[in-house]
Amino acid sequence: MTSVLEARAMTLEGRLNPTELHCRAGEMVAVIGPNGAGKTSLLRAIAGIELSGGQVRICGEEVAQSAPARRMRLLSFLPATRSLIWPITARDVIALGFPSPNAGRIDELVEVLELQQLAERPVNHLSTGERSRVLLARALAARPKLLLLDEPLSNLDPYWVLKTLEILRIEAKANGSAVLTSVHDLNQIIAFDRAILLNQGRVVADSEPGEMLASTALAEAFRIEKVSSGWRIREGA
Amino acid sequence: MIRSLPLLLIALALLAALSLLVPLGSLIELRRTDPNLAWQLIEELRLPRTLLALGYGAVLGLTGAALQATFANPLASPDITGSSSGAAFGAVAGAYWLGITGPLALAACGAMGAAVALCGLLLVAGRRSETATLLLAGVAIALAAGAGTSLLLALAPSPFAFYDSFEWLMGSFVDRSMPQAVTALIPAAIACVVLVSRGPALDMMALGDDVAASVGYRPRRLAVEVVALNAIAVGACVSVCGAIAFVGLIAPYAARSLTRGHPGRALVPAAVIGALLLLLADLLVRLAPAGRTIPVGVITTAIGTPLFIWIVVRMRRAVAA
Repeated sequence: MTSVLEARAMTLEGRLNPTELHCRAGEMVAVIGPNGAGKTSLLRAIAGIELSGGQVRICGEEVAQSAPARRMRLLSFLPATRSLIWPITARDVIALGFPSPNAGRIDELVEVLELQQLAERPVNHLSTGERSRVLLARALAARPKLLLLDEPLSNLDPYWVLKTLEILRIEAKANGSAVLTSVHDLNQIIAFDRAILLNQGRVVADSEPGEMLASTALAEAFRIEKVSSGWRIREGA
Repeated sequence: MIRSLPLLLIALALLAALSLLVPLGSLIELRRTDPNLAWQLIEELRLPRTLLALGYGAVLGLTGAALQATFANPLASPDITGSSSGAAFGAVAGAYWLGITGPLALAACGAMGAAVALCGLLLVAGRRSETATLLLAGVAIALAAGAGTSLLLALAPSPFAFYDSFEWLMGSFVDRSMPQAVTALIPAAIACVVLVSRGPALDMMALGDDVAASVGYRPRRLAVEVVALNAIAVGACVSVCGAIAFVGLIAPYAARSLTRGHPGRALVPAAVIGALLLLLADLLVRLAPAGRTIPVGVITTAIGTPLFIWIVVRMRRAVAA
């Protein structure tokens, strides 16, 4: 498969140690780690929001050198916060994801994310879960090559967790995109192709999700252990 | 394209024409007795007054919209952030203490004062502060700048400083000359044109600083630019016409209803609405009994205060919902 993301010696002072990361087209990667491990910092560094050192290339292009219109086609970043203060309609928020207007794609996303009833409502009047779907649609709008999603499954009910994962899979395949997503619920990582475990600003494990769930690295990072009924706090943690 | 913008521009042209002609009686009378003097009245008194009302109103509307988009707060405006009061302080310090008489140098003093006030606000409240924090910090800075201005006037070498500056302090366009209008409006217009070019970035910032930065905009640099351009535009106008309240708050609020809530796209409509409001206020001032002068700032405050309360109540209801 084609390489979408190539990040070398990516550093964020005090938050992210020099990190290498590669993602392939169509691949869905879950980023996990305890609170403060550096998941958001990693996504922000790749998105070019904050980076102390290193190089990030998406489809061979250096992100830092790309103009806004090009960047929208290369990557899309969905922040963890869903707070929106301006009364912009959901449809207009999705439109902000394009470098140039594309009514057909907006209609498609409105339908896929079941936003028909919400499309003309101001986003600041929507619930957090509804805003999450609108902002996800905005992130998907320009069919970017790399989707950087910070906790996209938070605030969603079980139907929308499954539906979002399905939509991400379809979009990744259709557009040849890679999806890099921070996840808090360990049960959700099974839906991904790969999982990356971060701890104290460093990648400590990178493997297939099933293998990751059984790893000692995960148990040590989260200070938990697997039991037949699920997870429990490790003794002495 | 905003559909109602052409209508607003037509209304603006009509009001500007009205501003040149009203009061009509004296103009007709003068035209009969001395046509040259009638033309001189329009050219030397009413034209600068109209241009200043139009230009200052546009500046307040546009800078208010830019500040609101930057601070992500619908209550940010040149008066509420303290930048108008800061500009007044700067202009008074320049005029009464540094002995500056050149209009351009005074405009620079006003811009410096506005910039100091806005930097103070950024330091005290931060850029993405809660509404209450922004308001309290803005009120504190405006009060400090207001008290400072009064102190400078009270202790000024000229014993008539207070008397001289009363009308200016309250905001007025009366008896301003064409060179004064040009001094205020040229730097303000340049600052406004640059601000308008930042509209798309400000719209993207509506989705948060991180989204804007991921697309390639630089939110921090953009905030510094907005603050600096706001200081130049407001400072230049305040140095000639004094501080005028509420136009910079209300015009962007009305403009966003025309741009479906987009803060960046609201810049130009806010400028047009601001110009309309201030022209209208200046026309209302002319209804005062003969021999009496009502500063235009009194009219904008009288209209603006209930509207400000209405906006706060609406925001409170929205939060409660």
